[in-house]
Amino acid sequence: MKATLAIKRGAAGETPRVEKFEVEFESGQSVLDALRMARRDLDPTLAFRFACINANACKECMMLIDGEVEYACKAKLREGETALAPLPKKALLRDLATEIAPPEERLFRPTKS
Amino acid sequence: MHLESDVLVIGAGGAGMYAAIEAARAGASVLLADRSLIGRGGATVMAQMTVAVALGEQTPDHWEHHLADTLAAGRGLCDERLAAILCEEGPARIREMDAWKVGWAREDGHIKQAHAPGHDRPRCVYVDFLATGPAVSRTLRAQAHKFDGVRRVGDLMIVDIVTRDGVAVGAVALHVSSGETVTIAAKSVVIATGGLTRLYRRNSASLNMSGDGYALALRAGAELVDMEFPQFFPIGHLAPRLVGMDPIMWDPFRYKLGGKLLNGEMREFEADYAARDNRSDGAYVLTRDTATYAITKEAEAGRGSPAGGAWLSFMHIPPAEIRAAFGPVVDRLAENGIDLATTPIEVAPIAHYHMGGARVTPDFATNVPGLFACGEAVGGANGANRLSGNAITEALVFGARAGQSAAARAKAGGGWSDAAARGAVDLLASAKRRAGPNPAATIVRLQAVMADKVGAFRTGEKLAAALDDIDAIARDIGATPMRGEGPFDPVLLDWLDLRNMVLVARVVAMAALARTESRGAHQREDFPGMDDNWTVNQIVELKNGAPTLRVAAAGGRA
Ligand SMILES: Cc1cc2nc3c(=O)[nH]c(=O)nc-3n(C[C@H](O)[C@H](O)[C@H](O)COP(=O)(O)OP(=O)(O)OC[C@H]3O[C@@H](n4cnc5c(N)ncnc54)[C@H](O)[C@@H]3O)c2cc1C
Ligand code: FES
Repeated sequence: MKATLAIKRGAAGETPRVEKFEVEFESGQSVLDALRMARRDLDPTLAFRFACINANACKECMMLIDGEVEYACKAKLREGETALAPLPKKALLRDLATEIAPPEERLFRPTKS
Repeated sequence: MHLESDVLVIGAGGAGMYAAIEAARAGASVLLADRSLIGRGGATVMAQMTVAVALGEQTPDHWEHHLADTLAAGRGLCDERLAAILCEEGPARIREMDAWKVGWAREDGHIKQAHAPGHDRPRCVYVDFLATGPAVSRTLRAQAHKFDGVRRVGDLMIVDIVTRDGVAVGAVALHVSSGETVTIAAKSVVIATGGLTRLYRRNSASLNMSGDGYALALRAGAELVDMEFPQFFPIGHLAPRLVGMDPIMWDPFRYKLGGKLLNGEMREFEADYAARDNRSDGAYVLTRDTATYAITKEAEAGRGSPAGGAWLSFMHIPPAEIRAAFGPVVDRLAENGIDLATTPIEVAPIAHYHMGGARVTPDFATNVPGLFACGEAVGGANGANRLSGNAITEALVFGARAGQSAAARAKAGGGWSDAAARGAVDLLASAKRRAGPNPAATIVRLQAVMADKVGAFRTGEKLAAALDDIDAIARDIGATPMRGEGPFDPVLLDWLDLRNMVLVARVVAMAALARTESRGAHQREDFPGMDDNWTVNQIVELKNGAPTLRVAAAGGRA
């Protein structure tokens, strides 16, 4: 069985493109499991944020999953196609990774407007 | 970009945040850097339960009883000075956290303390439900926020510590989200980067636990101690796939409810092994190393669960009791299709903590002037085996002390020069888009080598083979960083991780090969049993770029 990730990719300022990655589907896996498999087996440049993998403690892996804001580590992978996109209201870094740190914990602090 | 501060703290877990707070209290300016988000990248935020501390709130206690248990578990290898600091200063830190409203669970007007294996009495405080780590992290982050002197910067991965004439004067970092190289001048530097369990296939690690701090320390000229002692947590979650929960969550379930550990024949087997440990009395008290041994041996004898571990069953406990104890967690399990009343789950040993680390004085100074270390990045306090609950106490107590020492040292230190930083700056600048193995896949390859050949049960043959495999991986990744594209580049990040992981893996395997006995978390199948001649610590340092080992008297005395 297979699952397909349709991922909106690109860096800030680039025209986004959708690329599809097909991975083995095993029941019970998370979307993050599938993303890590895709990076390991298909494309090492695929960018997404995560730290804790299982614990749902770091809160880094938020993204749009089929249009809903979700944690990739909590969302269960489905058979068939899943659409992934970066958080729409955060500055894009690359692919699914966005700038999510609180402003006062960034190297470049946004100037107040 | 160039930054300056009195004190640079690398890593914002429990140890790093406490160090930053204490250094700022002492008047130092602090840069608190983390490769991930502040307070979220490491083990502290993931820890779910016990914090061991002799408060005497539940039953009368004294820190010397806690010390006795700690030393017994460490099987002769603890640095007794560090262990004593952990136990004696634990209560003050835990009470300070209480004043900062961390929310330790209370009962009948006192802080509740649970009884965890290896402790002689109820000693472990916690925050319900399985919320200890998040509460500790949140509390420390809020305190650090109160000090103007603490600048907190996430997405800042320290790549190397800069030394000048053998003195630590700052660091070079990669700003992950922009891809920029950042130089940091600091009068003292504190390594608070946590552990190395990501070296293993089955682990409780986050992405950021590749052992960066051990590699940073070695390359800066610092000594490490007890590197052969990663700890395996016996009942890590194995099957079915459980998402959104920590793999070590079954421990508190067992404390509270008394889950049964069964082999593939559905028979309890812990008692068969309890006699091996004279501190065990047959109940759920096997320390972690003996429990790991028991589960692994049952699986090897063909009596494992289908996925290769053991069954953990709560089916004998009335569902209402399970719900009363762990209501919210029961719902999260249900989301994963797990009903403890009707199905056992499968567990197996997973890499969980590292006893070894930077060799420090009671001021948490390494042998490199200006360089300090704290938390899991430090070795010695727990010897050959750590008691449950000691790691968070260690992070808080050692962090506070290291912060104080670093602030004191900052009054004298300094001496940044761009020339001293050149090596690391050039390394980052040399990153190339080039042919080579997929670094993410290579990390998985290294994890397999470590799990299969440098795991909980070792032989000389397997360890020697592991060293060959590690050399092959080092050759494959090469000395020039690989990169992909622009900011947030996973190829470069994975390559930099591999650079550290290969060095640390080699050190663990070397130390394990040299120790021809079995003690605590280091079990040699070709050398069963403890050997008194090995009641010594192994020290590692880099000489001409190659790790070298020597032995030193145990106890931290020389
Ligand atoms: C899942 C889990 C559960 C646990 N449960 C318990 C428990 O119940 N009781 C207990 O006592 N112990 C427990 N432990 C162990 C304990 O949590 C840790 O030993 C302790 O929290 C370590 O604290 P620390 O501050 O030293 O490191 P961490 O909390 O791991 O923090 C290290 C930080 O350093 C950062 N970092 C790493 N490398 C770099 C770099 N190169 N540049 C910049 N930043 C870097 C990381 O991102 C991370 O944020 C548990 C561990 C795990 C993994
Ligand atoms: S990976 Fe940490 S919350 Fe999802």
